[in-house]
Amino acid sequence: MAVDLPDNVVVTKLDELVSWCRKNSLWPMPFATACCGIELMATGASRHDLARFGAEVFRFSPRQCDLMIVAGRVVMKMLPVLQRIWQQMPEPKWCISMGACASTGGVFDTYSVVQGIDRFVPVDMYVPGCPPRPEQLIRAIMDLQEKIQREGTMFGREFEAPHRQGPPRALRTAPREHAPKTTHP
Amino acid sequence: MMNPQTIDALKADFPELTAGEFREQARVVVPAAVVHDVLRALKEKHGFDLLVDVTCVDYLHYRDAADRFGLVYLLANTATNERITVRTFVNDPNPSVPTVVDLWQAANWLEREVWDMFGIRFRGHPDLRRILLPEEFAAFPLRKDYPLQGRGERHNFPVLTRADS
Repeated sequence: MAVDLPDNVVVTKLDELVSWCRKNSLWPMPFATACCGIELMATGASRHDLARFGAEVFRFSPRQCDLMIVAGRVVMKMLPVLQRIWQQMPEPKWCISMGACASTGGVFDTYSVVQGIDRFVPVDMYVPGCPPRPEQLIRAIMDLQEKIQREGTMFGREFEAPHRQGPPRALRTAPREHAPKTTHP
Repeated sequence: MMNPQTIDALKADFPELTAGEFREQARVVVPAAVVHDVLRALKEKHGFDLLVDVTCVDYLHYRDAADRFGLVYLLANTATNERITVRTFVNDPNPSVPTVVDLWQAANWLEREVWDMFGIRFRGHPDLRRILLPEEFAAFPLRKDYPLQGRGERHNFPVLTRADS
């Protein structure tokens, strides 16, 4: 009987199907505060054409987004706004920290600039550069797509609390399986 | 170029004023007690109708400095294209000067910025709140005794994790 089938067989395949759908329809939230935002716009425009990866639907309402791209420095007056927007986004959701400032504070080591948004919100991908070229952002989106395909689950088990899931992914010491090589466009 | 008669007339009205020149730009230094009267005279008698900027310098640890804060008013006369710099000095504790919002509306936000960054209180200002920093910010960050990297204000936020967002 179908109900006796082991759970993992059906669920795993459904997970892969759902992750395949999700990874090819990422809707970005452009949290662009500085010059990285210009590169973000270039990435979405016709020359670099983010539509090739299904991520061209930039939404300015967080309730319609599932990928927050933080492009630019975040000051302490802006961080509560960023956290509010992150909380308003429906799950499953991912975050790309674009550029040196969003990732580390960059050259702005002053009293008002947050030294890396990953101190206060979860980040999936970091893009180096000041500002990064559109190709680098596209690479990050492709890597994120691989990550979603690799570990995404239908009910978002990969997002569960750490005590139910093991240590956070960023703090795991065991070597992770290497991502399959993709051909660069 | 500055009309020399303007400086002479100012000196006659305010004997405590000292005038100087730097790269053809006239500047006068006045005591804080009469700065409002000098600025009023410049506006109403000498036609300096535009307040270009109000800003401040912290002279803490500065070589040979007698006073702590130097306030700077930059004025322009849009009819004659004259410009003048008016400076005054204030000191701890509770550094304060009278507001010039009654003379130029432009002073409103400029004085709020000086209050925000240096903690100079402008007496009689209609709305002296912080303008750039968050309301709960406790320090005046452009003072020289404030550390460059702050006192941890930029780290004082709740951390959102995957589990609670």
